[in-house]
Amino acid sequence: MATKNSHDRDNNIVNPKHNPTVAALLSIIPGLGQAYNKRYGKGAALFILFAAFVIAMIDFITTGLQGLVTLGEVPREDDSRVFLSNGILSLIFTAFFLTFYILNIQDAFKDAKRIQLGWKVPNIREGFKNAWDTGFPYLLVGPGLFLLMFVVVFPLLFMVFLAFTNYNLYNAPPRHLLEWVGFENFINLFTINEWRNTFINVLSWTLIWTFVATTLQIALAMFLAILVNDPRVKFKKLIRTVFILPWAVPAFVTIIIFSAIFNDNFGAINLQIIEPLFNTRIPWLQDPFWTRVALILIQVWLGFPFVYALFTGVLQGISSDWYEAADIDGANRWQKFRNITFPHLMFATAPLLIMQYSFNFNNFNIIYLFNQGGPAVRGQTAGGSDILISWIYGLTFENQQFNMAAAISIILGLLVATFAFFQFRRSRSFKEEGTF
Amino acid sequence: MSTKNRKPMSKKRKNLLEMIGIYTVIGIMFVIILYPLLWTLGVSFNPGRGLYGAQIIPDNWSLAHYEWLFFDPRSNYLTWYKNTLIVALSVSALATFTVGLTAYAFSRYRFKGRKNGLYAFLLLQMFPVLMAMVALYILLNTVGLLDSLVGLIIIYIGGAIPMNAFLVKGYFDTLPRELDESAKIDGAGHFRIFFQILLPLAKPILAVVALFNFMAPFMDFILPRIVLRSPENFTLALGLFNFVNDEFANTFTRFAAGAILIAVPIALVYLFLQRYLISGLASGATKG
Repeated sequence: MATKNSHDRDNNIVNPKHNPTVAALLSIIPGLGQAYNKRYGKGAALFILFAAFVIAMIDFITTGLQGLVTLGEVPREDDSRVFLSNGILSLIFTAFFLTFYILNIQDAFKDAKRIQLGWKVPNIREGFKNAWDTGFPYLLVGPGLFLLMFVVVFPLLFMVFLAFTNYNLYNAPPRHLLEWVGFENFINLFTINEWRNTFINVLSWTLIWTFVATTLQIALAMFLAILVNDPRVKFKKLIRTVFILPWAVPAFVTIIIFSAIFNDNFGAINLQIIEPLFNTRIPWLQDPFWTRVALILIQVWLGFPFVYALFTGVLQGISSDWYEAADIDGANRWQKFRNITFPHLMFATAPLLIMQYSFNFNNFNIIYLFNQGGPAVRGQTAGGSDILISWIYGLTFENQQFNMAAAISIILGLLVATFAFFQFRRSRSFKEEGTF
Repeated sequence: MSTKNRKPMSKKRKNLLEMIGIYTVIGIMFVIILYPLLWTLGVSFNPGRGLYGAQIIPDNWSLAHYEWLFFDPRSNYLTWYKNTLIVALSVSALATFTVGLTAYAFSRYRFKGRKNGLYAFLLLQMFPVLMAMVALYILLNTVGLLDSLVGLIIIYIGGAIPMNAFLVKGYFDTLPRELDESAKIDGAGHFRIFFQILLPLAKPILAVVALFNFMAPFMDFILPRIVLRSPENFTLALGLFNFVNDEFANTFTRFAAGAILIAVPIALVYLFLQRYLISGLASGATKG
C-alpha cells in the first residue's frame, strides 16, 4: 500500500496545488471544503442542511444535555423523566450530527485527494446521480432505522439511565426530583440480603426453567417424531395435525385455560385425576415447587409441536441409504439413532433449538398468565415462579421500583448479549462448515 | 438383541406389541393435547358464569355467553374485534413494507455501516421489548399517544423490524444477484429493480412475515395492557385477559366463549399454512 501511494504521489499528481488537508480543514464549516473542491452544488446543499439542523436543534440539544446532568431543579415543576428523555433524545441527535459531520470532513478530504490525482469533478447532474446511487441504501434503511431508534433503542437507553437514578415508589416524579446515584442500585442488589437472595433465587430458577423446560420439549418432540416416522404407522397426516394443535392455538388462551385446569380447588387435574388416585390435592398454585412443575409441564405441551414439525421434516429428508448401510453392518436401533438420526436432526436444526432456549429464557407470557409469578414468597421481592423478565415486570408495574427493575434489566441484557455473541459465532461456524 | 434365536412367530408378535406400544403413546398424547381444548369448548357452553361447577359436557347446553359477547350492550367484544383488525392490518402492511425495504438494502447493497447494522439487528432481536416498557410508556405519554391504537401500531412495527428483517434478508440472499444486475444493465433504477424483480420473487417469505405480524396483535396481551387504558380501545387479547383477570372465577365461561371465537380461526390458518410458516421460520433462522 505504502509503496503504491508514494508511487502515485511521485508520478501521477496532476494538481499538486490542490491540498486535501486544506479541504478537510475548510469543511469544519460544512460545505466549504466541498466548495474548495469546486463542487459548489454539493457544498451549498451540505451547508444548508447543516445550518438548518444547527439552527433548529441547538436549543433543544443544549437544554437537553444540561437537563440530563441536573435532572431538573424545581421539585413539583420539573419532571425529571421528561428531562431524562429529552436528554437521551439530545444524545441521539448529537450522535447523528457528529457522524454526519465526520463523514462530511472525510468526504471533502477524499474528493480533494482524487482531484489531486487528476479526477475530473462531475457536474451537478452527475454528482446528483452519484449521490442518489450511494445514498439509496440509506434511504431504504431510513424509515426502519428511524422507528427502531425510537421504539427500541431509545427505550433501552432510557432503561440504562434509569438504573443509575433513585426512581422508585417513594421518590417518583413529578413530586420529587430524581438524582444520579451511580452504582448504588447495583451495590444494593448484591449487598442487601433481601435483594441478593431474591436475585439468586430468581436467576437460578430462570436457568433451571430455561434448561429443563426447553430440553424436555425437544426430547419429547424427538421421541414422538421418530415414533410417528415409523413406516408402519398409519394416519400420519391426522397425527401430525393433532400434534401441531398446541402450536396453532394462541398461547395466551391455552395458558389461561391451564391455569384454570390446574386450579387448586376446582381444577380438573386435582378433582378428576389426583384426588381419585391419591386421595389428596396438590397445591399447584400455592406451593412454589408445584407451580414450577406445572409450568414446565405446560411449556412442554406448548413448545413441543414446533420442534416436532421441524424434526419430522428433517426425518423425511434423511436418505434411506444410511439405514440400509447400517442394517448391512448389523447395527441395532440404538446405534442407528445414535449415529444417523440424532446427528442429522441436530445438525439441521441446531440454531432453531438454540432459539427455543433463548425464547424460554424470556418467556414472560407463561409465567405471568399462569400464576402471575406467584405464589408469594416470604422475604423476597419476587414470587416463587418468577423468572428475571417477569420479576422486572412486577418491580416496574406492581412495586414501582423502577431503579431496581432497570438495574436488573441491565444484568439481563448483559446475559442476553453474551448469549447472542456466542450464538452468532456458532451460527457463523455452522455456515463455514458448509453442507452436510 | 437375540432376535435371531427366536422363532418367526415371536417376531410377528414383537411387531404387534411394538405397534400397540406406538399407538398407545400416540393415543395418550392425543388425550393430553385434546383434553384442554375440548374442555374449553365444553365450558363455553355452560350456562353458569363461574369456573366452579363448570362441566366439560354441560347438563344443559347454552349459547348464552356467545350471545352476551355479541349482543349485550355492556359487551365490547365487537369493538375489540374491530380494534384488533385495525391494528393487525396496519402492522402487517406497514411492517412488511419497512422490513422489505430494510432487508433489500442489507442484502443487495454494500454500504458504510452495513456490517454494524447487521450486528445491531442480531443483538436487538434478542432483547424483549418488554425490557423497555417503562420508557415506552413515558415516551408515548409525552407525545400523547398513550391509550391510542396508533401508539400500539408504531411499537409493534418497530419491534418487528430486527427479527423479520433478518428473515427476509436471508431469503433475498438466496435469490441470484444476476437478476438485478442484468436489469441494471438494461437501465432499470433502484426502485424498479426492487418492486418489479425482487419483490415478486420474495412473495413467499413476505407472506410469512405479513401473516406473523397480522397474528401477533391477536395473541399479545401485555403490550396493549401497558399502552391501552380505556375498554373501548382494547384489543381482543387484552379484553379477554381482563375477563379472567378482574374477577377470576366469575366470568371464566365467558372468557372461554370469547377465546374459542379467536382460537378457532387462528388455529385454522396455522394448520392450513403450517408448512410455509415452519419452513419460513426455519430458513430465516438458519440463514440469518
